Amino acid sequence: MSGRVITITSGKGGVGKTTTTANLAMSLASLEQRVVAIDADIGLRNLDLMMGLENRIVYDLVDVVEGRCKLKQAMVKHKDYPALALIPASQVRDKTAISPQDMITVANELKHAHDFVLIDSPAGIEWGFKNAVAPADEVLVVTNPEVSAVRDADRIIGLLEAEERPVPVRLIVNRIKLGMVRRGDMLSVEDVVSLLSIKLIGVVPDDEIIIKSSNEGVAATGRPKQAFEDIARRLMGEKVPFMNLDSNGGVLERFRKLFGGG
Amino acid sequence: MSGAIQFKGIRQGLLVTIPPDDEWAKVIADLAIRIDQQAAFFKGASLALDVDKRAVRRHELANLLNILQKRDVNLISVLSTSATTQGAARKLGLAIELVDPPTTTSHVPDALKITESPHEAPLLKSDVHGTEGLLIRRTLRSGQSVQHNGHVVVLGDVNAGSEIVAGGDIVVWGRLRGVVHAGAYGDETCVVCALDLQPTQLRIGALISVSPPSKKRRKHPERAYIDDGMIRAEPWTD
Repeated sequence: MSGRVITITSGKGGVGKTTTTANLAMSLASLEQRVVAIDADIGLRNLDLMMGLENRIVYDLVDVVEGRCKLKQAMVKHKDYPALALIPASQVRDKTAISPQDMITVANELKHAHDFVLIDSPAGIEWGFKNAVAPADEVLVVTNPEVSAVRDADRIIGLLEAEERPVPVRLIVNRIKLGMVRRGDMLSVEDVVSLLSIKLIGVVPDDEIIIKSSNEGVAATGRPKQAFEDIARRLMGEKVPFMNLDSNGGVLERFRKLFGGG
Repeated sequence: MSGAIQFKGIRQGLLVTIPPDDEWAKVIADLAIRIDQQAAFFKGASLALDVDKRAVRRHELANLLNILQKRDVNLISVLSTSATTQGAARKLGLAIELVDPPTTTSHVPDALKITESPHEAPLLKSDVHGTEGLLIRRTLRSGQSVQHNGHVVVLGDVNAGSEIVAGGDIVVWGRLRGVVHAGAYGDETCVVCALDLQPTQLRIGALISVSPPSKKRRKHPERAYIDDGMIRAEPWTD
């Protein structure tokens, strides 16, 4: 059976594409899926750092495309999950070193032996983005509950809808700060979904823990870990209810619930 | 033997001459390849296409238009001595003679004006006379832009970051958050209606207004129009 190619993109930079790709890859691998993650952000590679694999890189995506190595040789096996591999980006070249057709060729070859091929897209709507979405069977758009991130996500969704071969697009709302939403100072998940009117596949709460785990190149822990694992399961077709984001509500919140105040 | 597609820079943009004997599908494919090879050069360019005697049908021209639009290349005019080609070009809103490149003002560029043609498709019989409009059955997202000489009706939302420029009225059956310009040729009787009217900027004719800051307002249909030299919005009930 052939695997699925899923591109993770966002338009705006810094919303958590790479963190999401790394954690989804690790979650899927922990659920016994065969996964390969491709870093399509040529010239600004990060995915290897977040997966803790920087020191194991020998060849990269550009080497594969330019025929300096076999695809297998560029696949860096993950230290904890044998069924997870990374194809790193080149740090010394730029996005024009590969073409959409190259990405399709690579992804098609990987599809056969893997359940999931995850592609981490660079920010922006230019060449790098086009490379990253060219082979996609599905796209996950990552956004933050901020006006500018949502605006860029909207632009990306518009571009994806206008593709010759439109693919399913689903939304991940990353870095939601519950306290701020409750106070009405941040867009809520409902606001974002209603604005973008596409299907939601996951909500990841903002948590300092993510910065620590990303820096160390290990999988997230705590609530973000749960959120990514839920998304991984939804990708695998399981019906997973959305996390009750209020469960850690403040004392007041709990009192309000106790006494049945709406 | 067929020649190659030729490009020539002219005051109005780029004049493209196609080989007379190639099949239309091949012409389109070759043109797409040439553009892709120098995508940065062609991006945003205005093209005039010279097809000489070739009869190009409307769907063939529409195919080409589609391919050019995907590459952000504007086809402005189609030059031909064939009546079929001229008719097809007119129906697609293209000029059939060289026109100056569009200006960057907020008004509809001249190139988009449809030259009235005597041989329009026959209208279905109707007791009521109206004017023409463009119906868009999807949400306009950030970065998308619609320009039309007549009225524009959107069945969907008009998201922030998108824009509509219409010669006539603009009706949005959904949320209006983008920038809209009704009566872009100066018609001050034009109106803008939406189920939820909260545009970034609303222009009618030569007037510009912005939405009042949105506090906890209840969403209701509204209609904006010019009254006494000012843009006003009122509940859209009648």
